Amino acid sequence: MAFHKITFTVNGESELVDVPSHMTLLQMLREKLRLTGVKNGCAAGECGACTVIINGEPVNSCMVLAVECDGKEIVTIEGLARDERLDPVQEAIIEQGGVQCGFCTPGILISARALLDRTPTPSDYEVRDALVGNLCRCTGYLRIIDAVKKAAEA
Amino acid sequence: MQTKEIESQKIPDLVGKSVPRIDAHEKVTGAAIFADDIDFGVGLLYARIKRSPHPHALIKSIDTSQAAAVPGVKAVVTGEDFSGFLGLYLQDRYIFCRDRVRYVGDPVAGVVAVSEEIAEQALELIKVEYEALEPVLDPELGANPEAPLVHPDLGDYEVAPFIFPKPNTNISNHFKIRKGDVDSAWEKCAAIIERKYRIPHVQHVPLEPHIVVAKVDQGGQVTLWGSSQSPFAQRNLIAKALDISHADMRVVAPYVGGGFGSKAGVSMEALAVAVAAKLKGRPIKLRLTREEEFYTAFVRQGLVAHFKMGCDENGRLLAMENKLYWDGGAYTEYGVNVARAGGYSSSGPYEVPNVKADSYCVYTNHPVGGPMRGFGMPEMHAGLEQCIDELAQAVSIDPVQFRRINCLKTGSTLVTGSKMHPTGLSECIDKAAEAIGWGKKSPPGAPNKRRGKGLAIMWKAPAMPPNAGSSSWVELNEDGTVTVGVGGQEIGQGVFTVAAQMAAAALGVPIDWVRVAGPVDTQYSPYEWQTVASRLTWSMGNAVRNAALDARRQILDVVAEVWNENPDDLDIVNGEVVSYKSEEAVSLKDIVVYGLPKPDGTGWVGGPIVGRGKFMPTYVTGLDPETGQGERAVVHYTTGAEAVEVEVDLETGKVTVIRGTAAFDLGRAINPELAKAQVEGGFVQGISTALFESLQLEDGVPQNPSFVDYRIATSADAPFDLETIIVETPQDDGPWGARGVGEHPMVPTIPAIANAIYDAIGVRVGAPPFTPEKVYLAMVEAGVVE
Repeated sequence: MAFHKITFTVNGESELVDVPSHMTLLQMLREKLRLTGVKNGCAAGECGACTVIINGEPVNSCMVLAVECDGKEIVTIEGLARDERLDPVQEAIIEQGGVQCGFCTPGILISARALLDRTPTPSDYEVRDALVGNLCRCTGYLRIIDAVKKAAEA
Repeated sequence: MQTKEIESQKIPDLVGKSVPRIDAHEKVTGAAIFADDIDFGVGLLYARIKRSPHPHALIKSIDTSQAAAVPGVKAVVTGEDFSGFLGLYLQDRYIFCRDRVRYVGDPVAGVVAVSEEIAEQALELIKVEYEALEPVLDPELGANPEAPLVHPDLGDYEVAPFIFPKPNTNISNHFKIRKGDVDSAWEKCAAIIERKYRIPHVQHVPLEPHIVVAKVDQGGQVTLWGSSQSPFAQRNLIAKALDISHADMRVVAPYVGGGFGSKAGVSMEALAVAVAAKLKGRPIKLRLTREEEFYTAFVRQGLVAHFKMGCDENGRLLAMENKLYWDGGAYTEYGVNVARAGGYSSSGPYEVPNVKADSYCVYTNHPVGGPMRGFGMPEMHAGLEQCIDELAQAVSIDPVQFRRINCLKTGSTLVTGSKMHPTGLSECIDKAAEAIGWGKKSPPGAPNKRRGKGLAIMWKAPAMPPNAGSSSWVELNEDGTVTVGVGGQEIGQGVFTVAAQMAAAALGVPIDWVRVAGPVDTQYSPYEWQTVASRLTWSMGNAVRNAALDARRQILDVVAEVWNENPDDLDIVNGEVVSYKSEEAVSLKDIVVYGLPKPDGTGWVGGPIVGRGKFMPTYVTGLDPETGQGERAVVHYTTGAEAVEVEVDLETGKVTVIRGTAAFDLGRAINPELAKAQVEGGFVQGISTALFESLQLEDGVPQNPSFVDYRIATSADAPFDLETIIVETPQDDGPWGARGVGEHPMVPTIPAIANAIYDAIGVRVGAPPFTPEKVYLAMVEAGVVE
């Protein structure tokens, strides 16, 4: 099994990790860096629970090999709050009651943050479209959609 | 004593207040720990399961020698190693198959290795020789005495006293209702509707797949960490199956990433404990893949339902004759009680003088049916509530009016013969109908579309043993803050928040002083039967309230003694003990751990305060096995109504739910926003099962076990608007009048949508899912489109 030494930043901190060729970014984040806020819901790119931001784009981390991330900037749910202050979208999802079991929440918040970064005031349609790859079985989505719109106003 | 005390009190301010979730911050920051997040270090091993490719076969031989020889493989186990039975209501299941396999996915062997990949490779090297048997693939055919037997030993299984298996058949439970005289009632009917529905299997698909880690140490102490709705039931059932003392078995259950029933009882958990018993000292992780999640965990069993119902010319329901064949799957240890619940609820939420009902749980060679949100009610109501619409139409009565006439009111006679407790079902119907604008047609969004409205109502009782219990403790810390111990699980419904709220309200402290002790751990947490049946707010809530009142009483007794006052003149308000008589006050932090000095200086009074509380219903009676009649079949029923407006595309058959309204009678909403969030989530899950979901089984083989092929509702499918109306008719045995509402919102959704589709296009679409293909073909057949 071939190992590769890669460097990248996660949530603003630089990291140096030895990874086997076939290790996914999801596995590396959870198992090598203990960033367990990144969730494994299907390992097939279908549910969005493992969404992280790579160089500004939301990505299913289960569909990316860790070695591909050499030199990249990654943001996970653990990096959304800055200086102990919650991101507006984190604040809004609490306020709107858009959290239930919490398993899809990290991926949803990451997708929402990526949306707001490229579209600061999204329409209802744009919010739904941005979250369509993030499955949630608990909430029925409405409070999450409202939270993203509310965060956009903040 | 405490119940009477609280009845005379006013409702505390915190009850009915939408305080924010106490687990929200950790969940939005990624800090919340789920079972797969616990770090077991480098000693962790991984298990994978060899599963049957046949729906029904005898195991002739298993050769594990090649698998065991793979470098990195630590152990290979088979059914030979474990002879104990598992099962909640009917002990019909081995941990690993021993002599035969009964569904595609049945576990035949387990491999433990240093990595999941190696374990997976080793599985391929296990050689199993099968002799295929004729499978049972339909519950109605399976109930026939001529059908091949799935469980020839049914007559030998241990069974709960309220379950009635029929040995030497595939019927593992037969629940009967014989009320009034159906046969002579038909001739008095002005209209009769007779229909058959085939409701497909669906999957819970929690976003977090099943995951456990098991460890058996050298001394025999067993620990199971897992995503679980039922840590205590798992301890009980697994300990029995493996002949372990409850004292030596511990289940630790952190946050659950969605359950919906799939993580209740025991499904895959025993596999991990069994393999761990063969490799003492090593933690072993077993995590279902998403594919395994679809058909090897519990599924919502399919249902073949026959309904016949009739009414007089004034729209009064006179008779119902219903036959329910539940596709219980390979093992019906849990599903037998779904059949029972279907039976004692078989009239729907209506007063019907003459009812004959037969509800059969039938073994098939399909995935294992188990509890899913609604526990049989969504499947049953799906057809029943469409028949009600058809019957109303047959006597030219508006379907909402028809429901007003016939629905259960306070004091109505139930299908089981007892009387309905106070209920606001009529109010729910009125409010849901009014909110959707019943009777007003809105214009469609495009010329090729049609709009329609539909409404359906529901009832559901907590389905559980008559004496399922709850317990709680409430401990005060040195600074007056409070820790609440519960054994009920936070699965997303918000029960930890409600427990904190109830403890704070009963004790008299601010909500932000209260924490709930987690994770639930059978070694430290108080007993709770299971987190199922929408029973926690009600049952565990009673226990929490009782524990907080016990702590309160202890505190007031100490202060009363020192102040030389009557405890009844004292109160705890906002964290201070106050006297209404002497107007003295003392902060909790000054008394709850160290007590108070006696006024004369001769010593101390009090000490650490730990309140304890329990709740167990003691008033549920059995039902006559031949007639299903009895004094009190269940603790209570939650009732409600939902209405939807849909748009049907005539060119594609696509159905869109534009908006929905829901009204449920939850007795008392402890936290209205959390309750509404439950209703919305259940409503959309109901929409998802109505429009998209069906676990397709071809000759017993699942065809669509992935999120690509088994679609669930996404953000694009949620309606634009869901309005939830809370009706409050207090429940006499609920904490401050509360009853549960977790499951109920997905019960009436399928028929509400079906009725709305009919209103839009004049075509009955029958059983879900109402896919574009099905709706389009139905329109073609009816001549609505060419």
